[in-house]
Parts: sequence; structure tokens; C-alpha cells
Amino acid sequence: MDHNWIAIGHIDDIPLRGARCVKTPDGKIAVFRTAENEVFAIEDQCPHKGGPLSQGIVHGKAVTCPLHNFVISLESGQALGADEGEVRTIPVRNIDGQLSIALRAAALVAAE
Amino acid sequence: MAQKLVIIGNGMAPGRMLEHLFEQAPGLYDVTIFNAEPRVNYDRIMLSPVLSGEKTFEDIIIHGDGWYIENNVTLYKGHRIVEIDRNARTVTSDHGVTESYDKLVIATGSVPFIIPVPGKDLPGVITYRDLDDVDAMLLAAQSREKAIVIGGGLLGLEAAAGLALRGMDVTVLHVMPTLMERQLDPAAGYLLQKAVEERGIKVITKANTKRIIGTDRVEGIELDNGTIIPATLVVMAVGIRPNAGLAKEAGLAVNRGIVVDAGMQTSDGDILAVGECAEVDGMVYGLVAPLYEMARVAAAHLAGDTKPAFVHSDTPTKLKVTGINLFSLGDFADGEDREEIVLRDATAGIYKRVVIKDNRIIGTVLYGETSDGAWFNDLKKKGTDISAMRDTLIFGQSFQGGAPLDPMAAVAALPDDAEICGCNGVCKGKITSTITAKGLTTLDGVRAHTKASASCGSCTGLVEQLMSLTLGDSYNPAAVTPMCTCTELGHDDVRRLIKAKGLKTIPAVMQELEWKTSCGCAKCRPALNYYLVCDWPDEYADDYQSRYINERVHANIQKDGTYSVVPRIWGGVTNAAELRAIADVVDKFEIPMVKVTGGQRIDLLGVEKEDLPAVWADLGKAGFISGQAYAKGLRTVKTCVGSDWCRFGTQDSTGLGIRIEKFMWGSWTPAKLKLAVSGCPRNCAEATCKDIGVICVDSGFEIHFAGAAGLDIKGTDVLGLVKTEDEALEHIVALTQMYREQARYLERIYKWAKRIGHDEIRRQIMEDGDKRRAYYERFVFSQKFAQVDPWSERVSGKDKHEFKPMATVGFHQAAE
Repeated sequence: MDHNWIAIGHIDDIPLRGARCVKTPDGKIAVFRTAENEVFAIEDQCPHKGGPLSQGIVHGKAVTCPLHNFVISLESGQALGADEGEVRTIPVRNIDGQLSIALRAAALVAAE
Repeated sequence: MAQKLVIIGNGMAPGRMLEHLFEQAPGLYDVTIFNAEPRVNYDRIMLSPVLSGEKTFEDIIIHGDGWYIENNVTLYKGHRIVEIDRNARTVTSDHGVTESYDKLVIATGSVPFIIPVPGKDLPGVITYRDLDDVDAMLLAAQSREKAIVIGGGLLGLEAAAGLALRGMDVTVLHVMPTLMERQLDPAAGYLLQKAVEERGIKVITKANTKRIIGTDRVEGIELDNGTIIPATLVVMAVGIRPNAGLAKEAGLAVNRGIVVDAGMQTSDGDILAVGECAEVDGMVYGLVAPLYEMARVAAAHLAGDTKPAFVHSDTPTKLKVTGINLFSLGDFADGEDREEIVLRDATAGIYKRVVIKDNRIIGTVLYGETSDGAWFNDLKKKGTDISAMRDTLIFGQSFQGGAPLDPMAAVAALPDDAEICGCNGVCKGKITSTITAKGLTTLDGVRAHTKASASCGSCTGLVEQLMSLTLGDSYNPAAVTPMCTCTELGHDDVRRLIKAKGLKTIPAVMQELEWKTSCGCAKCRPALNYYLVCDWPDEYADDYQSRYINERVHANIQKDGTYSVVPRIWGGVTNAAELRAIADVVDKFEIPMVKVTGGQRIDLLGVEKEDLPAVWADLGKAGFISGQAYAKGLRTVKTCVGSDWCRFGTQDSTGLGIRIEKFMWGSWTPAKLKLAVSGCPRNCAEATCKDIGVICVDSGFEIHFAGAAGLDIKGTDVLGLVKTEDEALEHIVALTQMYREQARYLERIYKWAKRIGHDEIRRQIMEDGDKRRAYYERFVFSQKFAQVDPWSERVSGKDKHEFKPMATVGFHQAAE
């Protein structure tokens, strides 16, 4: 797939064990920074009841949804533990702290 | 007229004796106690957990000040008796108080043995006997320097473990080749030494102290072989001897201890002796079980029943060092007429040895796995012939009679007269019948009624199993539930260890307490963050990434991801200007819903996250601060209109409510905290279902606590009545601080209170003024750091990143 990298800011804009969200025509995307300085991006919408995952507590490579405590893997987007569900993961690139995400071409086209 | 009973000494034996006496012959005596220690009766066995930080002094008090008042006992604290005049039948204290007696009980206990080496009197050389010694050790431990404990017996090892836990570098010197040689055979002593060394404590056996070095204070120790070990603290724990000097001066018969007959009578018919100072049939005792037996016998004789007589029995020994299990009972020396059965499991660190003579158990040593101790004790006590089960004896009770039993079945299989609590001599039948007869459902209830597990606590597990057995599913054994899957530790252990080890960051807690995950989870992180905020208000840097979103952004998240905003409306009283400001904010930000809450405030629902700082800025201009409606912290103080307006009002309930709210806002608590003040017993502010409530009455303020009106519905209990507003505030604040320090995260007051006991809370808050003021002061200190309005901070730019998207991308085509 053609990646259309779009700069979203610097890694230091995100607190350690925290997240920020990025507004796109394709919906909100949550960008996470783990304790180990890894960066992940997923849809900001819990598969359970649509809770804003960017507002959850980040631990390991997972986030706990603030609404009903679904735990979502930041790597796979899958719900962990006994829960079922999945969110879309978004490719994210970190070059010397400058972060970019790859949006679906369709989303950009749709916005035009 | 009541006779006069004077007691010299206020330790565990005379305390227990009085309990029996008041039960058997209430009012027979006017009781006066002289205590050389300036305090009440406490559980001396539990000093080691106080030293290690696992308990506080308050936890180990047996009789609080209230007990002496209730029982009309005059207690002279800090009075050492210097003379007994048997002709005049009086005693005189070092402060010059003279009391006459009809009956005198000497309970002077024992004194630590000081080895007579040069330097023994240097500052920094202490013994391990009472709370003052523990305090001295705790003070010394703050230096985190080197300590030496002389003596590798029970007390010495407990002191060493406690000091090590407090961060000192500890060396144990023991004169014999193996540790605890009086209770353990060499094999078990070896395993014990390994376990002690694994805790970072150095052990030197066959160590003879030559002298203690130092000029102004202790600097170290020199051994016989010339080795010099530096230290800033030396604890002598080499043994005790009965404290019989006073009795000897008074002309009573004294050998090693004060000689008494089986009725605890000394050579003077009006004088009894109990406890460690007494010598019965040539034996002196240091463990609590026989001392309590002496107390029982002495009480009966004082009450006029001369039948009970003291009989010697062996008492099992246990070491109170967390994580080391050992059990020792009876005689385990080798001998030609003796056989032994030994089980060793080197990998698991288990060693079991049973010594048998004429097919009967005479001694047992268990190390590493001690659950069969009660069973072996029972077999030994009854002199059971073990020849039939000889082949499987060492495997314990579970393996008798074919299939292995689970631990519960093992307890079920114990006969009714099997001893469960060695300290207090309580057998299984007594516990189960009391549970049924008194309808007991809690461990504390069983402790209060039977004394089982109320002294050293090592039989707590057995008692809990008996409760499960007797009560079935209705008893939920207090097996420690881990905080979350990141740790095996329960909330209480974590809180204790945070204090004991001085852990001041979340990574430090996770490292030191061996968290199983790299950075915790959404359950433990908020709990740890709260514990650290509470315990180190001035030092801990609040970790917002470990707070739930509501507390991180100071608003309540709603199901659609918008937020609700609740400004503080003090005591539920507002005015036109405030209402106008709220109305303007609603218009300006097109807030879709305005709702009056149950806590007498106004909730603005459906605010976009990005608008929050601007909403707060406008509210702030009108004087509003955050209502913390999102916080595990002080929420609201509801009030009624009180004596200002209401024809029934007895006090200014509105004013008091506002005062409390202004004093307590901003404080974080384990779970949300809702208060109310009603101006009369009609209770329009519904104070009797709140976490803490006040009902004003003509004579003052009735303080209530532990109500609930949520998942559970529960009326409050009365804490007590106070006369003034100032007192009401102090009591409420102290209660809140006690709750803050003790409860588990997310545990509401009513659950915490049920767990630790309403009486205990009343005792600490209502009866113990020092304690109450200390809680109050700690709350006030913590408020210095907590009373900062989070809204105005964020209006000024704090945590900007929380309220703005990181970026808005992909729209540029559309936007152009």
C-alpha cells in the first residue's frame, strides 16, 4: 500500500505513558507513547462502546479504556484478556522524534 | 467495702489476670497498678512487627486508657515501685506515691541480661525489651548504618530482621555454633541461618564478644579472636532473667525468680507473683502461654477459688519474621532411648524432625513447612501411641488414613480439644462453639471473645479455617487478595511496605516489591499513586499518567467522550451573581444540559474537552473553583438551613458545613468522600447515609460515620457527641485522615470501618486525644500541598497538552 506519511508533531509532545489524539477526516486517531518510548497509533475508539482510548491509562504496550476498562493492545489493536474486539492500527514513523502517521489514501480522497 | 488490690507491673500477665478477675468477681477489689513504663498494657510479643514496620504501637495495645477507666483501675504510669513494706502492707513508688494493699501482686517481669564486657554502658548499646528500646532502634535505623545484634535466639533474630527491613546493615553475633540452639536442632539451625543470610543479614556463630569499642558512643565490637566489627548500634538480646530484686529486698523467698506455689502465692500469704518474675516448681517462663496460665490461676485465687493450680506444659516456639516458618516443641535432643523420623527437602528448604520415645512424640522441629505443628502438638500433649501411623507420621496429618486431605479437611479432622492458639491456650471446640453461640462472623469478633490468635497471631490461618468450617460460605476468609495481577501483595501489605521501606515513587514501589509487570496496570497504578500522595504529601510528585482520566483532566468523562463540569458550591449555598455566571457559561459554550445534582450543586453536561479550560476560566472569574466531582477525594458537604432560618434548627448547620468544606476541599481520599450536616434530628441534609455526617442537637454535634447510599444502603453509626464546632471539625478531620492512611484504594469509609472495627475507630478518634490531634495535624500538613485549585492551574496553562489535539491533519484540501 502506498503510504502517505503525514507529520503530526514531536514525540515529546506526548507524555510518557500517555497519549494525544490527532483529528483526521477518517476519525480521531490516538497516538501513544509507552514507558519505553515506543510510539503506537490506533483508532481512538474502543471496540466495546466507542470510548476514547486516548484518555485511558497506558501500561506496558496496552491501554485501558476509560469507560469500561477494556484493555487494548497497542501493537495489534486487539482486546486483551477475556474481552473480544479490535481497533484499527495506524502505521506510525518516528524519525529522530519527528512523528508521522500514514493515513489511508481513501480517507484523504474522501476529504477532498 | 471492696478490698484493695495493688499490682506492681502492667505487662501482659497481670493484664490478663485482671480480665479474668473482673469476669469472676466484679467489684471485689479496688485495683491500683504501678507501671514502670509510662504507658498502658500492650502486646509485647508484637514488638518485632512494630520494629519491622508491619504494625504500629496502636495496633498492639491490649488495654487502652478507656479500659482502665471503665474498670475503675487506677494506673500510675511511669511509677517504679522502690519499696514493699510488708508490715505496714504498703508499696511506695519512686515518685513518692504510697498505696496500702490487702492483696499485692508482683508482676515485675524480667530484665534483659547484659553481658559484662567493657563498653557495655556506652550510648548506642541497647537491649530489646520494651517500646522504648524499639523507639531507640528506630531512631538509630534512620542513619542506615551498621548494627550488631548480640544473640542469635528468638529475640535477637527478630530484632535483626526488623533492623534490616528498616535499612540497616546488620550483623548477628551468636556464641553457639548454630542459631536458636535451644529451640532448633543443628540442621534446622543451619536452614534458618541461610534464610537469615538471604535477607542480607550477616551471621557470625561461635562469636565471643571481648569488648565494645567506643569513646563517646559505640563504634564497634571486638571479638575474642581479634576481629573488629564496626557498628553505630549494638543490641544485646542474649536472654532475660527474672526481675526479682524488689521481692528479695522485701524478704520474700527468691531463687532464680520469686518462689511461688501452684496457686501463685509467694512466701507471704497476701502477696502473689505472676509472669516472668515468678518461679514455679523450679521453672521460670518467658513465653506467653504459661504466663497466661499463671494469670488464670492467680485470678481464681484472688476471687476466692483456691482449686486451680498451675501445671507445667511445653509451649511451641515460633519465629515472627515474615517469610521464615519454623516450629519447635518439646525435647529434641538425641538419646539412646529415643528414635527420630526426619524428612528433608533441600530444594524446597523443608526440614521436619519428630523425636519419639516409647512410641510417643516428645519433641518436634519443623522448618519451612509448619502447618502440621498443631497436629504434632496435639499428639504429644495427649501422649498418643503413634506406632500405627509411624510410616507416614512425618508427612503430617493429611497423609493419615489414606487419601491426602486438603488443609481445610485437616482442620476439620482435629479433635475438639486440640489446641489452636498456643499463646492463649484456646482449643478448637472453644472457638467453634463461641462462633456459633455468639453469632461471630469476623476474625476480630473471634479474637475479642476467645482470645484465639489475639497475641502473636501466628495461628490466624487456623482460626480462619475454623471460621470457614463453622460458618460455611458466609465467611470469606481474609486470604490476602492481590491488588491486581501485577503483584502477589494485597493493598494492606503494599501500604505498609511503602511506609516501612520509605518508597516514594511508583518505579521504586514496583522495583522493591517485585512487580511482575514493567509499569503496572490500570488497577494498581492509580492505587499506588494515591498511597504515595497520601503518605508523602510534601515529597511525592503526583503522577498524572497514573490517574484515571477524570482526575487527570479534572472533569467527568461521559459516555460520548464529552465532559461534565461541576463547580464547588460551598455547603450548597449560592447567589444571583454565581447563577448568572453559570448561565452565561452555558450560553457561551452551548452546553446542552444543566442539572442539579444530589450533592446540592449544579452540573454542566456535554462540554467538549477542548473547551474545558475556557469554561473554567469564565467560572473562575465568578469565584468558582473545581467541585472535584470527579475525584476520589472530598466531594460535597450537604447542609440544611439550620438555626439561621429553620424553626427547628439547633445549630448553624449551614455555617459548619461550609467551614468543613473550606477546610477539607482538595484532599485526596481512598474513595469518594461525601459529608452532610443537618441542623436537627429531622435530618433534612440526610447526614445519616453519608460517609461522615453531623446531626446538630441542642447539646452539641453528634458525629456519624460509615453510612452508604449507593451500591449498598446503610445508615451511619454514631462516632460520638462533641460540644463545639471546633471539636466537631477536629474529630471529622481526624477520622478522615485515619481513613486516608489505612483504607485500601477505592474502599469507601463504611467498608473500611467494617473491616477494622467501629470500636477501634471510636477508640482512636473519640478517646485518644493525642492520637486524634496527630491525625488532625497530618491532615493539615497534607492540605498545604493539596489545596490548589486545579482549574485555575490549567487556565494558566498547566497540562496544556491534555486539552488540545496533537495535530489536525488531512483536512487542508477541504479547508481551503
